Amino acid sequence: MEILFYVFATVLVGAAIGVITARNPVHSVLYLVLAFFNSAVLWLLLEAEFLAIVLVLVYVGAVMVLFLFVVMMLDVNVESVKSGFTRYAPVGVLVMVIIAVELAQVIWVRHMGLRGVGELTPMPADYNNTRELGLLLYTEYFYAFELAAVILLVAIVAAISLTMRRRPGLKAQDIARQVGVRREDRVKLVKMDAEERQ
Amino acid sequence: MIGLSHYLTLSAILFLLGVTGIFINRRNVILLLMCIELMLLAVNFNFVAFSRFLNNLDGQIFVFFILTVAAAEAAIGLAILVVLFRSKNSINVDELDSMKG
Repeated sequence: MEILFYVFATVLVGAAIGVITARNPVHSVLYLVLAFFNSAVLWLLLEAEFLAIVLVLVYVGAVMVLFLFVVMMLDVNVESVKSGFTRYAPVGVLVMVIIAVELAQVIWVRHMGLRGVGELTPMPADYNNTRELGLLLYTEYFYAFELAAVILLVAIVAAISLTMRRRPGLKAQDIARQVGVRREDRVKLVKMDAEERQ
Repeated sequence: MIGLSHYLTLSAILFLLGVTGIFINRRNVILLLMCIELMLLAVNFNFVAFSRFLNNLDGQIFVFFILTVAAAEAAIGLAILVVLFRSKNSINVDELDSMKG
């Protein structure tokens, strides 16, 4: 248990360092995938099985693949990306040190008044994390669940409407006109005399 | 024995790396988005650890919603990025100054 935690935590921190220092954005994305996988395993160690699986399926499977698509599509100039960060390095170091000191203060010095929660009792064998989450999600948090669905719908509509582009001269169906067509637009009845027999 | 403070330390390190990444990679918008994902992961780590150690599943529900909103945010952010690249041919932060901010 302990050795597993330390192994995966080390790989996770290494992958995070790789994300922010890799020169190639594609490498950064792949390091981030590694970081998400290791976090998922650490969440499994915390017996949060459902979220671990969701992290792999949704984050690695959908969001990171989207990132990879965009990175490869945009073809960023790698050389120009890293230049000139020294100008902001002092501010960055300052902010980092401040945050680190504050977090250390909270975690190690104050213990957040949670001295008693140090021990982790394993869940019983018939404990079902997904079932418990579902029971909570579909009763107490049902309203928030519906709101999340609406947020996802808005994201779909926004992403599609942002990236849809109308090029002039493109041959495409106009569904509205196709459906709304009437008989008078297509059929023309012409009255004419009968032809003479040849 | 792995305690709560181990997980909190790990997530603090992750969050710090995310903040550092924003300062190191402040010219590339995609890397900025990825650093934000890293910081969100650190926050989710805190939620899951607290939820487990306090035996309260509400934290994991919250992580569920954070994941939903983060996925929506990533999708819209990347769509904006694609439109930006199409019109400016660059995603360098220094060249995105047409709003004079």
